[in-house]
Amino acid sequence: MTLHQGAAAPRWVDRLFTLHGLLVFAFLYLPILVVIVFSFSESPNVGIWGGFSLRWYDRMLGNEQLLKTVQNSVIVALISTFVATILGTAAALAIDRYKRWVSRGAFDALLYLPIIIPDVTMAVMLLLWFTQTGIVPLGRTSITVAHIAFNISFVAIVVRARLAHMDPAMEDAAADLYASRWQTFRRVTFPLILPGVLGGALLALTLSLDDVVITSFVQGPGATTLPVHVFGLIRKSITPEINAVSTLMIAVSMVLVLGSLAFQRRSGKSD
Amino acid sequence: MTDLKEHQDAAEQQASPELEKKVQRRESWRGFLHAAPAYVYLTIFFTLPLVIVFVFSFASRSRTGKPILEDWNLDSWAKLVDPLVRTIAIRSFWMAFFNTVLTLLIAYPFAYWIATRRRQSTRTILLIGVLIPFWSNFLVRTYAWRMLLDSDGFITQIGEMTGLWGRLLFTAPAVFIGLVYGYLPFMVLPLYAALERMDWSLVEAGRDLFASGPKAFRKITLPLSKPGIIAGSILVFIPSLGAYVTPDILGGGKTNLLGNYIVTQFGSAANWPFGSALSGAILIVMLIATILYFRTGGKTI
Repeated sequence: MTLHQGAAAPRWVDRLFTLHGLLVFAFLYLPILVVIVFSFSESPNVGIWGGFSLRWYDRMLGNEQLLKTVQNSVIVALISTFVATILGTAAALAIDRYKRWVSRGAFDALLYLPIIIPDVTMAVMLLLWFTQTGIVPLGRTSITVAHIAFNISFVAIVVRARLAHMDPAMEDAAADLYASRWQTFRRVTFPLILPGVLGGALLALTLSLDDVVITSFVQGPGATTLPVHVFGLIRKSITPEINAVSTLMIAVSMVLVLGSLAFQRRSGKSD
Repeated sequence: MTDLKEHQDAAEQQASPELEKKVQRRESWRGFLHAAPAYVYLTIFFTLPLVIVFVFSFASRSRTGKPILEDWNLDSWAKLVDPLVRTIAIRSFWMAFFNTVLTLLIAYPFAYWIATRRRQSTRTILLIGVLIPFWSNFLVRTYAWRMLLDSDGFITQIGEMTGLWGRLLFTAPAVFIGLVYGYLPFMVLPLYAALERMDWSLVEAGRDLFASGPKAFRKITLPLSKPGIIAGSILVFIPSLGAYVTPDILGGGKTNLLGNYIVTQFGSAANWPFGSALSGAILIVMLIATILYFRTGGKTI
């Protein structure tokens, strides 16, 4: 709905809104810029500019322990995203395309729970479950299993949003033209929901790379992820090396998000 | 091939109610099969762990704090009404509540500003601008504020220059700055969604009928954006109530809140059954809040 002339606020009020909006943007971007800028500072004192230098990046790349946690993070994120995207997409189809099956309502509610449950509660649950049953070894496996558990729901919600906007007539048309179910899915449904599936996968990847609380509960000795490792470092003392690591993490998330935006624009045009 | 046959069969005996039932049964079986992998996974790694938390909250504890599955009792649940626990719960509640109000006050004019930009492309760009920092790591964003608020940080320097504030790190304002920063997009997005699809001609009509600007806002815009306000408030309130990372990094973890209090039960305090009861209680509160939200006609996230 576009704004009508008669509904517009007076000019000075609109100016105030603009000022507020710009201040909020400054609030949103200032912290990130400061971290990036100071990651290139020579000074060992975190908040003081000491001339341009790459020494903290150099030190970061020489830190074996840190690189090991980066490796763990990437492996956990990729596997958990892959599994959660498949399971979550199938779950979204089950809820959206099939309206009547036994315990559909219960499944629908179950899909929402991991989203509304507080991190700490889910962390406690999984810690108890893993330590009491020994169902999976604590370490990279238990972290991956936990990440899949919360990611399924987020993928399902994003894909469902996409399915809701899709015209079922497309699938009916394919069926009328004697396409098999698999052909209909592969040629019609899947291409149409693909932006949703990729959006869900991107969200899952981000959440996995973001998680601190759940991972710190279910990690095993010797196997932890980058954010949990950094969290431990921050609690002890702050070093400029953390700025370098943070900048790297910001860069990765920017590339992921801007890449997906570009992709969505392209697929949006071909619609 | 079987599908093709099914279609032909269906065409031949269109009106047979028996066949219709059969098709329906097959459809419902297919729906279940699609859900099955996620269903099984979430049962094993979500539902059963959830049950275990409640079971263990009735267990007794060994000397190391691990639960012993005998001598079932209600001690852990009884401990929830301890004055200390009550103080922590009330403190967490007020923190979450205050944070929600603060976020709403900042986000509303902001979302209004974005939603009232004339060109669609401007609105989209501004919205993406809100989302980009939100996608970068939560821990990194919190850490950034730790730098800004520390002794030689940028914000502290401004405060000292103007004489308005000193070092804010490890104080309550620092925690609120971090929480507002972390959850602002959760509030902006539903508000924007509500304002963007609003019918502005209603406001125009109100103004034509000699309502003042503020009155038109109070009587028309505000009620119409209520679903956005409710959705945003719930999305901010729930994670604030269990917040752990932000109070720890920016508040120094000195004050007991529900989040770090639970973590302590599984660490130094070594009381797993009590920690389980606390987690269970928080979950029940969240569920009630969410159900109330859906009951009041929400669903606009």
